[in-house]
Amino acid sequence: MNNMVKIKINNIEVEVEKGTMLLDAIKVAGFDVPTLCYHEDLEPTGGCGVCVVEMKGAPTLKRACCTPIDGDGIEINTFSEKVKKARRTVVELILSDHPDDCLTCIRNGNCELQSLAEELGVRENRFEKIYTEKEIDESSSSIIRDPLKCIKCQRCVQVCQEVQEVAAIDMIQRGFDTIMGLPFEMGLADTVCINCGQCISVCPVGAIYEKLNEKDVWDALSDPKKHVIVQEAPAVRVAIGEEFGMEPGTITAGKMHSALKRLGFDKVFDTNFSADLTIMEESTELIGITKHAISTGDMSKLPIITSCSPGWIKFMETFYPNLMNNVSTCKSPQQMFGALSKTYYADKEGIDPGNIVSVSVMPCTAKKYEAQRPEMRASGYQDVDFVLTTREFARMIKLAGIDFANLPDVIADSPMGEYTGAATIFGATGGVMEAALRTGYELISGETLPSVDLKMVRGMDGVKEADVEIPGLPFPLKVAIAHGLGNARKILDKVSKQIEKDRKSEYHFIEIMACPGGCVGGGGQPYGSSIAIRAKRACGLYNEDSTMLTHRKSHENEQIKQLYKEFLGEPNGEKAHHLLHTKYTRRDDI
Amino acid sequence: MKIFRSHILIGIDSISQMQKIRDIEKILKAEIKKNGLEEEIKVIESGTLGVFGFGVTMLVYPEGVYYANLDETKIKRIVEEHLLNGRIVEEYKIEPPEAKKDLTIKGKQERIVLNNVGLIDPRNINDYIARDGYKALEKALFEMKPQEVIEEIKKSNLRGRGGAGFPTGLKLSFTAPIEGEKFIVCNADEGEPGTFKDRLIMEGDPHKLIEAMILSGYAVGARKGYIYIRGEYKLSIEIMQNAIKQAKQYGLLGDNILESDFSYDIEIKKGAGAYVCGEETALIESVEGKRGNPRIKPPFPGVKGLWGKPTVVNNVETLSNIPSIIVNGADWYKQFGMEKSTGTKVYTILGHVNYPGLVEVPMGTTLREIIFTYGGGIKGDKEFKVALVGGAAGAFLGKDMLDVPMDFDHLGEYKAVLGSGAVLVMDEDVDILDILENLMEFFNHESCGQCSPCRIGNPTILRLIRKIKTNDNLKGNEWETIEEIAEAMKETSLCALGQSPILPISSALKYFGKELGR
Repeated sequence: MNNMVKIKINNIEVEVEKGTMLLDAIKVAGFDVPTLCYHEDLEPTGGCGVCVVEMKGAPTLKRACCTPIDGDGIEINTFSEKVKKARRTVVELILSDHPDDCLTCIRNGNCELQSLAEELGVRENRFEKIYTEKEIDESSSSIIRDPLKCIKCQRCVQVCQEVQEVAAIDMIQRGFDTIMGLPFEMGLADTVCINCGQCISVCPVGAIYEKLNEKDVWDALSDPKKHVIVQEAPAVRVAIGEEFGMEPGTITAGKMHSALKRLGFDKVFDTNFSADLTIMEESTELIGITKHAISTGDMSKLPIITSCSPGWIKFMETFYPNLMNNVSTCKSPQQMFGALSKTYYADKEGIDPGNIVSVSVMPCTAKKYEAQRPEMRASGYQDVDFVLTTREFARMIKLAGIDFANLPDVIADSPMGEYTGAATIFGATGGVMEAALRTGYELISGETLPSVDLKMVRGMDGVKEADVEIPGLPFPLKVAIAHGLGNARKILDKVSKQIEKDRKSEYHFIEIMACPGGCVGGGGQPYGSSIAIRAKRACGLYNEDSTMLTHRKSHENEQIKQLYKEFLGEPNGEKAHHLLHTKYTRRDDI
Repeated sequence: MKIFRSHILIGIDSISQMQKIRDIEKILKAEIKKNGLEEEIKVIESGTLGVFGFGVTMLVYPEGVYYANLDETKIKRIVEEHLLNGRIVEEYKIEPPEAKKDLTIKGKQERIVLNNVGLIDPRNINDYIARDGYKALEKALFEMKPQEVIEEIKKSNLRGRGGAGFPTGLKLSFTAPIEGEKFIVCNADEGEPGTFKDRLIMEGDPHKLIEAMILSGYAVGARKGYIYIRGEYKLSIEIMQNAIKQAKQYGLLGDNILESDFSYDIEIKKGAGAYVCGEETALIESVEGKRGNPRIKPPFPGVKGLWGKPTVVNNVETLSNIPSIIVNGADWYKQFGMEKSTGTKVYTILGHVNYPGLVEVPMGTTLREIIFTYGGGIKGDKEFKVALVGGAAGAFLGKDMLDVPMDFDHLGEYKAVLGSGAVLVMDEDVDILDILENLMEFFNHESCGQCSPCRIGNPTILRLIRKIKTNDNLKGNEWETIEEIAEAMKETSLCALGQSPILPISSALKYFGKELGR
């Protein structure tokens, strides 16, 4: 059956598949229409009314984002006088409900509404401002809401409800008073919000943004009494370049280290170091529990679920406390690093840990919350003092006038700077799983892994599953990977049911990352992110792993070996337990 | 069967209830008993008598006398003088226009939808059955295939009375061929200001609606129907619930209706008072328990509606035409009204007329007839200025429109609509700017807030109108701006609500540009 239809866009004939959205068909014809509420990863809501076009014979203008082409002969005009006039009036109305404080707005120069006004050539505002002042919500340790800037596009609500299935926020009130809001006018901190910041990454304007720590870090850097050290998460190195005109996925690890040195950090380490450490701890935990299960026949401690993603941890504590004992007790790489920075490093260098300021650069907003959890003070101090997002880091580079694109490549400092390919892929969905399997395989079997590239756990499918044969295990290890918490729910519901029914699950090891795409898609990454862009960033990490690093398995990291030898003793040993493992808190009473 | 020499009709509807008609009824019954007339005079609770603005009224047969503004003293006197001694109490009586009084189908009104309203006891299923009720259902179930039911409705040219006038048979035929679970939804969320016809239909003849919903279910193969009634319609809800219960007892709802293979059930969902929930997709969202925001169309409800299943949504009045079409046939139905707009239309007449209320007249009846014949003309010897026809989302029709036949197509030619069938009549003293301000307050209040043209356009227009009203720092181009915003709203709003303000605004400017200072 021929499913193609012939249509005319601005008098140019194109052939498209029946059911194609107008927006896509218009692109086929070589045109574009402005959009505002539309986001390629979300279902169109038709909220803004900006992408309207004229369809011959239709009683009103049509929204390009959500009008499917249902037959031959449709004729579309995307910039007729009628279209331009209606579109402009709509945008002017939207502007009348938005403050003109662009110059001091966090999204200045990076705002979709600003760009739209520019694109449409809006040079005056015929309508008087109509908004009333609204209170800014600063209750959360990760996310700030400025409702006055909100243009009610609903992207944040969609992402929170449909992608993450957290539903902390919703549209409340009606008509002109409609606003993205919270139950019972709570602050964000009091809700089920898991701080993932996916709302931020889709917000077209400055209505939601991260709690800023730039000033705290600048202050520390200029304080001569402080010894300021920094760690950077794997996903930062393949995204920060976007802020300086590079393609998503460009590997800038060396420039990143270089920039941090120039900003004045006393030591530039790397979270990838502690990612390798996490693998040592987590693989040991997995092997121990699996062996125990095999010898006793009690499978109830399996599956082990990863614990690197603080958004996922709060999600679990809130929605799946029944699985709390299945979640690995390992701290995230950020927090392992933090604890060591004020113990191991302080001891080694003879620095008073009270004078160390431990900073992290993260693709994540939930990391700001994680750093402030009361459990995260194993060193006797707050282990990580300040968390910067990738965006905050980029702003610091710009403020310092550093020419990022032309920086020389520099490696991270010793003793917490070396990393393997296994660590760098932590930033992509499936990466922690692959890293753990690379080490777990060799530790269990005592044999060398036949192929380091475990491609069955890679890629952007929401839920991935694999059976991994490991010599020495009586059964193949059944693993699953989910990214985006809506996808996680699918696996977790299944596991919950299985455990409730049979006291065991078909799965042995599960990786969960709160954000779609994994950390590369974190809520602290450069704006304008989409699944396609996240995939490119992930690709960058796999390239670094396969082409740029000497070692690709965590247990081959020399500085990690040194750490265990000099300081920690054995993986999962007493000292490791004290510094590198944590416990969780039920939060299902919210 | 017992024969009574006189019948008294008490019209129970939401308004008369608020006027404490039940108390008056008790007094009436007590007086009748006191005078020993129980065996001679029967008091019947019916739906609306169709006359409004006269307090508590009752209709005494066989004389056909309307008594108005009743209280205890008046009741006592009426019982003594009229019921006991046969002398009509002239000073308590009112004389609605002859045309309006006639409750039979042979009179000037053509009563298809309202043929039982005001005549039968809506709480008694036997009254409905005695008036050929559920005959259409029997005929359809045992003599017609579902497709034939659809064909008959198609042939009748019945068009949706909810406002848009979409052919009802065609709507049914879109959903019928789709396999799987389907739903029938009755839109009884009557929210258009000045409209109360659906309420009075439900309060006066609930079984007709039930029968129509079963017929629709049979036609498309749905087993479940929902009636979405606005929550304020307490009496409608109560009467519909009672009628559903009775229909179940009679085997007319539930499994194997009338021992056929067809099973069907009806559930009532209460609305929470949002105007936008009268928009069919917002209504569906609301039935699903969500915020009542309209959905993007396509897909249309007929393909993907309630819980994502094919759903036929029809208005109360539309549905109430169906039983008569099935019993009497499409050809009989088509003799009423116009060629392309067949049947009748129920109007609610209100505003500056002598006799506000409900009438059912053939499609194509002129505005002049509606106002002057059925509404009894303009109150207090004033001049007719203009009528807002179709509800808030309707258009102003002036003197030049008095003789245009009112139906979907003729009004369409003049960029007007039948809409909800509300006819708000205004006399010469009315300030049009006040009316526009009021309409914009309404739209502003009822906008759901989902799409920006409607969300921001409404308050912006309202603000400009208030500026004009208070002569506040005017630039002179305010009306031009208002029209431009309303036009953009029409072109870019997601649903009919945001598309509405342009109609009253542009029609008001057409007639009263000078008065409005354009």
